Parts: sequence; structure tokens; C-alpha cells
Amino acid sequence: MEPLLPRISKPVQYVGGELNATVKDWDAASVRWALMYPDAYEVGLPNQGVMILYEILNELPDVLAERTYAVWPDLEKLMREHEVPQFTVDGHRPVKAFDLMGISFATELGYTNMLTALDLAGIPLHAADRTEDDPIVVAGGHAAFNPEPIADFVDAAVLGDGEEAVLEITEIVKSWKAEGRPGGRDEVLTRLAETGGVYVPRFYDVEYLPDGRIQRVVPNRDRVPYRVFKRTTMDLDAWPYPKQPLVPLAESVHERMSVEIFRGCTRGCRFCQAGMITRPVRERSIEGIGAMVQKGLEATGFEEVGLLSLSSADHSEIAEITKGLADRYEGTNTGLSLPSTRVDAFNIDLANELSRNGRRSGLTFAPEGGSERMRRVINKMVSEEDLIRTVSAAFSNGWRQVKLYFMCGLPTEEDEDVLQIAEMAKNVIRAGRQASGRNDVRCTISIGGFVPKPHTPFQWAPQCDPETVDDRLRKLREAVNSDRSLGRNIGMRYHDGKPSLIEGLLSRGDRRVGKVIEAVWRDGGRFDGWSEHFSYERWTAKAAEQLEPLGVDLAWFTTREREELEVLPWDHLDSGLDKEWLWADWQDALDEREQDDCRWTPCFDCGVCPAMGTDIEVGPTGRKLLPITPVGVGSPVKNPALTP
Amino acid sequence: MAYSQGFSPHPKVSWVGAAPTGVASEAEYVEVSVVERVDPEALKAALDEALPPGIDVVDVVQARGGNLTERIDASEWRIELDGVEPDALAEAVAALLAAGEVEVERLTKDGKKVIDVRPAIVSALVEPRSSDAGHDEPALSQPCGILMTVVRQVTPTVRPDDVLNALRVVADLVPPVPARATRMAQGRLDDEGRLVDPLQQDKES
Repeated sequence: MEPLLPRISKPVQYVGGELNATVKDWDAASVRWALMYPDAYEVGLPNQGVMILYEILNELPDVLAERTYAVWPDLEKLMREHEVPQFTVDGHRPVKAFDLMGISFATELGYTNMLTALDLAGIPLHAADRTEDDPIVVAGGHAAFNPEPIADFVDAAVLGDGEEAVLEITEIVKSWKAEGRPGGRDEVLTRLAETGGVYVPRFYDVEYLPDGRIQRVVPNRDRVPYRVFKRTTMDLDAWPYPKQPLVPLAESVHERMSVEIFRGCTRGCRFCQAGMITRPVRERSIEGIGAMVQKGLEATGFEEVGLLSLSSADHSEIAEITKGLADRYEGTNTGLSLPSTRVDAFNIDLANELSRNGRRSGLTFAPEGGSERMRRVINKMVSEEDLIRTVSAAFSNGWRQVKLYFMCGLPTEEDEDVLQIAEMAKNVIRAGRQASGRNDVRCTISIGGFVPKPHTPFQWAPQCDPETVDDRLRKLREAVNSDRSLGRNIGMRYHDGKPSLIEGLLSRGDRRVGKVIEAVWRDGGRFDGWSEHFSYERWTAKAAEQLEPLGVDLAWFTTREREELEVLPWDHLDSGLDKEWLWADWQDALDEREQDDCRWTPCFDCGVCPAMGTDIEVGPTGRKLLPITPVGVGSPVKNPALTP
Repeated sequence: MAYSQGFSPHPKVSWVGAAPTGVASEAEYVEVSVVERVDPEALKAALDEALPPGIDVVDVVQARGGNLTERIDASEWRIELDGVEPDALAEAVAALLAAGEVEVERLTKDGKKVIDVRPAIVSALVEPRSSDAGHDEPALSQPCGILMTVVRQVTPTVRPDDVLNALRVVADLVPPVPARATRMAQGRLDDEGRLVDPLQQDKES
């Protein structure tokens, strides 16, 4: 490997040895995990999921976990030439030597990178061809809630939170190994499957109707449950991970430390898979958050802390948390940020608090839908008045730029709904000029293509075709530019609709889509999340080639609307959401009816808590963060080694 | 640690003549500004703890004035050329030193650039084979030429790669496998062309 490093781009991403990385004694470990984030190091390293599992596993005395990332094509080529296998960055060991390979899929666009890694590792692509010498390949992450498109390539998938699941899997593999591997690979997979929380695709048969729809999915052996349940970690304060966040050696997409302040979201945005599959809401306590921030900073030296969640301003004690942290770190070089916030004036107070002694550059809001009607359909309850009031408050408090996130191609969307985005942006500029008394305020609108996702009320929706999306975006651009005096202060960022259609295929696909993924990969498909690598032509060509003989096609999987009783590929995978509730919510969407948040209003029976035996866990606790006595000038975060 | 002033404060850390990617180094120098007096030994231990394995802090001294950049104007490199006979290497080196100018091409972000390597080369010596003893070099049955060269840090920088390219230009010397370069020392050149330890004056006072 070493002689190849000078010949590739950014070799530092492959060398490991980051602050807080762990290399344990190989021979002393009874179970060994290779954890992969199937994208480049710069994207994969900051991933919280991998970091949490890496630390939890390595804390066990007889367990070892190392990380591996997708290698760029320049290195892939050299690795093939020089017969260097897929390796971990920690111990530089071949991935094939591990007992388990855990792959975290935040997005379906990492599927081809998984195939590269398996192939480079010398692990057969198809789970059915693997032997006892190969690691058990386990998929996790949000995309694992419909692992059917990769069913041929993974041995197992885990739905939901991984903290406890990895420990249980480790335990099962450990005993099986200690017993001398009775029954081989089949037996260990059966033991995993019978827990009810690990899905082993090849223990289930999928039967199809003549028209191509699924007839049923049933277990093909004893000891395997009909339904597989998602995992939920309840007491976040009992799992304060990562305690020792990794500090990347190469530049990464998030140059900050993240502290997860709660998990789950009940805002009920109908497009949002994350919000649906991570229920119920579980808050970390204010003291738990304070301790994680302080210990994490001491362990890493990061200069920015992001308070992470799906809607951070919704924490029941967010005002106390932000004030407490702002007090603690005032006058230091530690900055705080609050991603994923909502559109209201309260949010501006929080933002002001967090930027007390820093700069006030830009604030981001996500109205998601351009028109009031659209926002009722997607259940994003923000009125344009709210937005204007909020941005006016922001501009009069010294903020100079507002970024707004929208989606295009939403169910029932018409041209007018999208054109309304231009009106909104212009009104933001007008309000901003008035509130700040300056002409140079800016508004950036950022637009993503909508992809219907499994386990959401939109799982039945027809996806909008890329031509329509692109046409609406073109009309929107014209509308923005129609008034130069306002338009010149409005920036517009968007991608064309093509990658979204492929993401749609991979999101709602079934096992037949696996053939497309493999064909695309064999034809050179890599790094599909990167526009410079993604090839729409290759995907459509391979989809046609592979799906036609099966009587289905790309449109069948994407732009086709599903009926209520159609068996969906992921119906046997239980996210806790009641399918009847999801359908009712889909009907409410079509009727433009909104749904409240169960955090503030009574339960609306989405089904998660009774099915999973969980409950919402929210404050307020009424406690405060105690000030930390600064121990040195400039920074209360101090290396104890340097304290006299 | 001290931070720069302004809109976006940065830690005050400056590297002097950082080694290029793909070479080894025994002698990198960095200046770190701090906001209060710290025990150099404690700082050394803390930095060692945070740095990746293989990057060791050799020494930390408190600066007694002046700046580090002024104390470094050349590097000594050890370049190992596996599969190259020391005699052939010595011949090529002699040709390089005899030349008035040796232009090589280098690929940069802005395209190809031609640089003259010769003026930067202060000295170049081929180590006799006997010095291999005790090193974990390949077995003596395989020849290995070892070049010790002192190169001035000029703009544009002349790197070990450029020196190797210069050997190719003057003597058609092409190592069968990629050569390994290690920076052995940095410092100011004294009158005899030797390198003066950049931290010497801080250690003395």
C-alpha cells in the first residue's frame, strides 16, 4: 500500500491514526468488526453512526472495530494492479479477515461503492456465494429500512438504532465462534434472525403476481420471524457516544464536533423518512448535553460544536441549553451551531444567543414547499407571514443572509406551487431591506428533487419525472430573474431531477433492482452521490436491460402510483408505523389536511409507541447548566496536561 | 493556543518549508504561538499524544526572539535508489554538479512548469556501500545507491523528485523502482556549507 500513496490524490485519507482512533491487538480480540461508510473519507469520517458504533465496540475488552471507507477510482485502479485488498484505515488489515463487516447507508447512492469494497476485499458479491472465511456483511443506517435492492449482496440488515444491536450481534457471533462454529454460516445467520431484530434477506422468499407486483414475502425456514422489528435506544443519557469523537486528518465535510441533543422527530413532515423511522422523540438531558460538549471538546480540540438532531429548536429545554453553553464558552474560540431549525422568531433568539460574540453571517430555514397549499400537503406548517416575520427579525438583528430550502416534484405539485418560491424569495429581500435599512441583503434558495421514501405517507406517491422537475426549475429561474432589482440579491442552487429518479429506484425498489445495481457497477458505476461520477445514462440503460425481461421498468418503480393494498417490498420490515395510519396520512395529504405534533398535542396513533413498547421521552427537567470556571485565558477547554 | 485576529480567527501555527507529500522526514519545524507560558516538555508530551503514530515530536523549545523562517534556508536529503549501482549514481551526480544549469519539467496545478534545479543544489554525495551495514536495507545482492544532498529552499521549491529528474536529464539515470527520499535536517547554511540547527540559539539561552 505504502508505495502507492505518492501516486494518488489526497493520500492522507487512507493512512488512519487520527486523534481518538483505536488500534487494538488483533489476536486478543474474539470478535472483529470492519465498519464501513460507503463514501469517501471526507464524507464518511464525520458520520455519527459509524463513530458511535466504533467506540462502543472498541470499549469491549475482547472486541475490535476498525474503519474502512470507499477508495477513489485512482486508488481502486492501483489496488487492482498491485493486488492490494480493501483495507481498514486503523490497522491496515484486509477487510476479508474480519468476522463482520458493518456498512452504514445514510443514502442509497452508496450501493455501488459497497460492491467495489466487497470486490476489492475478495468477498463474493453475492451473499449466497460466501463461505465461513468471509465476513458477515451487515447493512445499517436509514436506507436499511428497505434493504431489498441490496438483498443479494448483504447477509443481514439491522433497522433502527445500532447501539444495542451491535452488542447483541457481537455476543451471538462470539458464542457461535466459541462453540466451534456449529452449523456454519447458516446457523449463525439463523441465530441472528431469530432475535427478531436482524433481517436476513435470504431466509425470505419473495413471490410475484403476473403483473409484476409482489404477492407476498415469507420466511423459507423455521426459527425465522415473519416480521423484523426496528431497534430503539431509549435512554440517550445512558449512551453518551461518541465520547471521544474522531478528528479527521484530511479536510472533511463537517469541520466540527456534533452532539446529538435528541433522536426522533414528530413534526410529521410527510416527505421525511428520517422523521418517520426514528420515532419516538427521545431527548438527551441538558446536563447530559453539557457534559458531552465539554468532554468532547477536551478530547478533540474542535472549534465548533453542532447541536445535532432532526429539528434542534424543538428540544424542550433548547433555550436553557443554548444560553448555558453560550455562557460557558463566551470569549473563547469555541463556536456553537444549531442545524435543522424551524421558522419562527424563537429561532432567531437562539441564533442570536449562539452568535453572541461571533459573526452573524447567514441563517437557514426550510419551508420545503413554495406555496401555502403545498406546505399543507407535506405537513410543513409554516405560513409565509411566519417566514417574513422571522427573516425580518433576523435582518434587524444584524444577520445579512438567509438561506431557504425547498423541494421540487412533491405530490400534487403544479407549476404555480414552485413559482411561489420566487415570490417568497422576493418578499424576503423586501422585508430584509426594510428591516435592515440596507440594500445588500441576500437570499439563497436551494432546491432539491423530492424522492418518495419507504415508511412515509408518500410511499405510495408517484415520483415526479425529471423532465417536469427540470421544466419547473427553469420557469422558477425565469421568475426569479424577472425583476432585476430583487433578483440580483437572490441566489438559486439546484440539481437537475435525474439523480433523484435513480435515488427513487433504489429507495422503493425490490430485489429485482439488485440486478440493475450490479450491472451498473460492472459497467464502472461508482460514487453515485457525486455529480461528477454519477451517470444517468448508464443507470437508465442498465435498468432497461435488466428489468425488461422481468416485465417491469424504471418508471414502474418510480413514477407509478401504488394502491392501498399493494404489498410493498418493505412491508415485512416493521418501523413501528401502522400502515393504516400511513395510508390515512397520505389521504390527508391529498386533501391538504395537516397533522399536529404529538409532542405538544395528544397522540394521533401513528402506531410506533405501542408496537415498539416505547414512549416519547422529553423534558423539561428544569435544571440548568452550571458555569465552568475558566482555567486559562482564552479557553475553558484546556488540556489537563498543560495545567500546572 | 493563540488565534489570529479578524473575521475568522485561525490558530497561529506556521510550518516552515513543510516536506512534500510522499517523502519521509526526520526534521520538520513548526512554530506554535501560545497565549500563556507552558512547560515545553508538557507541550511536547501533549502534542505527541494527539499526533498520528509515526509523527514524533523530537524537541520543543521556547522561542527567544527572531523567527524560524530566517533560520532555515536549506535541507539535507537522503535519497535511496534501490536497484541503482552506487558507481552509476556517482557518475550521474558528478555530471549534475558539473552542469551549469539543469532544467526539469514539473506538473503543477497550472500546467507544466520548467525549473532549473542546479542552482539550488549545494552539495551532493554518494554514500559508500559500506554504510549500509546496520540498516534494514535490501540484501546487498541488490544494489542500492544512496545520495546525500543539501538543497537550498528557493522559490520555486526544488524537491527530491526534481533532483531525481535532473539525474535523468544529465545522465539518463532512471531507477527501476521509485526512490525513497528522507529529509534528514533543515537549517541555515554556514560558511562551510553545513546546516546549523535552527533551534540552537533557543537551546543555548
